[in-house]
Amino acid sequence: MSIELKNVSYTYMKKTPFEHLALDDITLTIPEGKITAIAGHTGSGKSTLIQHFNGLLKPDSGTVLVDGVDISSKKDEAKAARRQVGIAFQYPEHQLFEETIAEDIGFGPKNMGCSPEEIDRRVKYAMDFVSLDYDAYANRSPFQLSGGQKRRAAIAGILALKPKYLVLDEPTAGLDPKGRDSLMSRFLRLHKEEGTTIVLISHNMDDIAQYADNVIILNKGKLLLAASPAEAFAREDIISQAGLEMPEIKTILEQLKVNGLGIEATSYTMNDAVLEVLEGIRRQGKC
Amino acid sequence: MLTDITLGQFFPGNSPIHRMDARVKIVLLFFYIVAVFLFDNNLNYAIMTGGAVILVLMSGLPVNMVLKSVKPLWWIILFSFLMHIFSTPGESLVKLWLFDITGEGILKGFIISLRLVLLIVVSSLLMFTTSPLKLTDALESLMSPLKHIGFPAHELAMMMTIAMRFIPTLLEETDKIIKAQQSRGSNIGDGNFLERAKGMLPVLVPLFISAFRRADELSVAMEARCYRGGEERTRMKQQRVHQIDYIAAGVFIVFIAILVAVQVLWTA
Repeated sequence: MSIELKNVSYTYMKKTPFEHLALDDITLTIPEGKITAIAGHTGSGKSTLIQHFNGLLKPDSGTVLVDGVDISSKKDEAKAARRQVGIAFQYPEHQLFEETIAEDIGFGPKNMGCSPEEIDRRVKYAMDFVSLDYDAYANRSPFQLSGGQKRRAAIAGILALKPKYLVLDEPTAGLDPKGRDSLMSRFLRLHKEEGTTIVLISHNMDDIAQYADNVIILNKGKLLLAASPAEAFAREDIISQAGLEMPEIKTILEQLKVNGLGIEATSYTMNDAVLEVLEGIRRQGKC
Repeated sequence: MLTDITLGQFFPGNSPIHRMDARVKIVLLFFYIVAVFLFDNNLNYAIMTGGAVILVLMSGLPVNMVLKSVKPLWWIILFSFLMHIFSTPGESLVKLWLFDITGEGILKGFIISLRLVLLIVVSSLLMFTTSPLKLTDALESLMSPLKHIGFPAHELAMMMTIAMRFIPTLLEETDKIIKAQQSRGSNIGDGNFLERAKGMLPVLVPLFISAFRRADELSVAMEARCYRGGEERTRMKQQRVHQIDYIAAGVFIVFIAILVAVQVLWTA
């Protein structure tokens, strides 16, 4: 199953002089069990797009299907489908509000109608996942945490919903490199262990090259490209049209190629690049 | 959506009225309002209504949008209309229980309603054609003579500017927080009064925290730029009176002169 968008358009501030077409006839599929990256310049419609995945925004035209269910209807079936999608917005730490961290993380499960035992179990699971020690932090105020810890607590609040589709809007924005790596590796673990489908919004092409199975590129509300990373990074014209940059590794390989190393420069991950360069050097040695 | 609210009603445009200096607009508006209350014969009402219609047409605003600004005060207008219909002595047309509807009453009620509509339409025209920033600048400038008696005109205007500056930001923030909590299954706006009040908590707490954070950041930023209030400050956007303002003022004086002439001739 998957999240499917069919001819979705959305306009902000309709019928005012500030009218702005944010999404223009978008048709795409987020396949289950994969990591899909959505990339685009600021204002390209990424954030507007993901708000359609769980019905926060209703498309002006077109339909959104989650596991084949049209989520715009008022049926319980549609409500259940919307709950399959968990969204962590940019700077999720701004949504913390409860007196204790455990209560804040348990807010989602409580709204879903889980039993107190189940809520407790989920809070422990989620805190464990983001490496917040339950015994030490559960009864502390979320506002006493450091920036990185707040971010992790807020993300735990989404994970406690156990979403089948986890949508992350720039989850690592404003974190230091170490915090970035550790957070990304947690999402990767979630993906591998629980099979959670991950949708990652980012304009860091290095992240996308490293993690994504699929790449969706938006520009000014239009879908420019939906393809595998290999295909996407072969289209430098489209990447630069969208105002994005090629992954650093790929740029380095291109430079090596221009300077006479006999390689194709198709790799975009660290491992592949090393192999490709070694292969190139070996071949050159023989000549 | 929450952020779809148009703030301060400002409707950008490039009509002569948009281009006028905000101070001139405020002063002329003031005299227009005085005129509406002062002159009370039917021909003058026709002239003032005509003036308002011409202004609306000149401003290039969608006419139904201007009319919509009357909507919030619709009940007050209706109420005063009914009051006058029933309470004005004169020849009875219809008798309803204890009350007489008189021809004079209908006329008077109509005129009172017209007065209110004129007031609202012309004042909202000022709001529609002047950006909130220009409006506060103009207010500051008009209030500045009061500085001599210790009235903090600049500080007041600065406070208004900051408040207005942050309304869209806070609306956006509210929208974002509501969506984040909705994504966690919170049902904002469901249930009875107590449940709804409780449902607002997950929105209000983060909103207050972010408002305080922003206020703190702003004060540090202003402090770091050596802001210290009104004394001897110059501004980036100087307010200047242009030819168009003189023309407007001239036309307005003629307008008032006609009203005075009609009033005097009528009563003489």
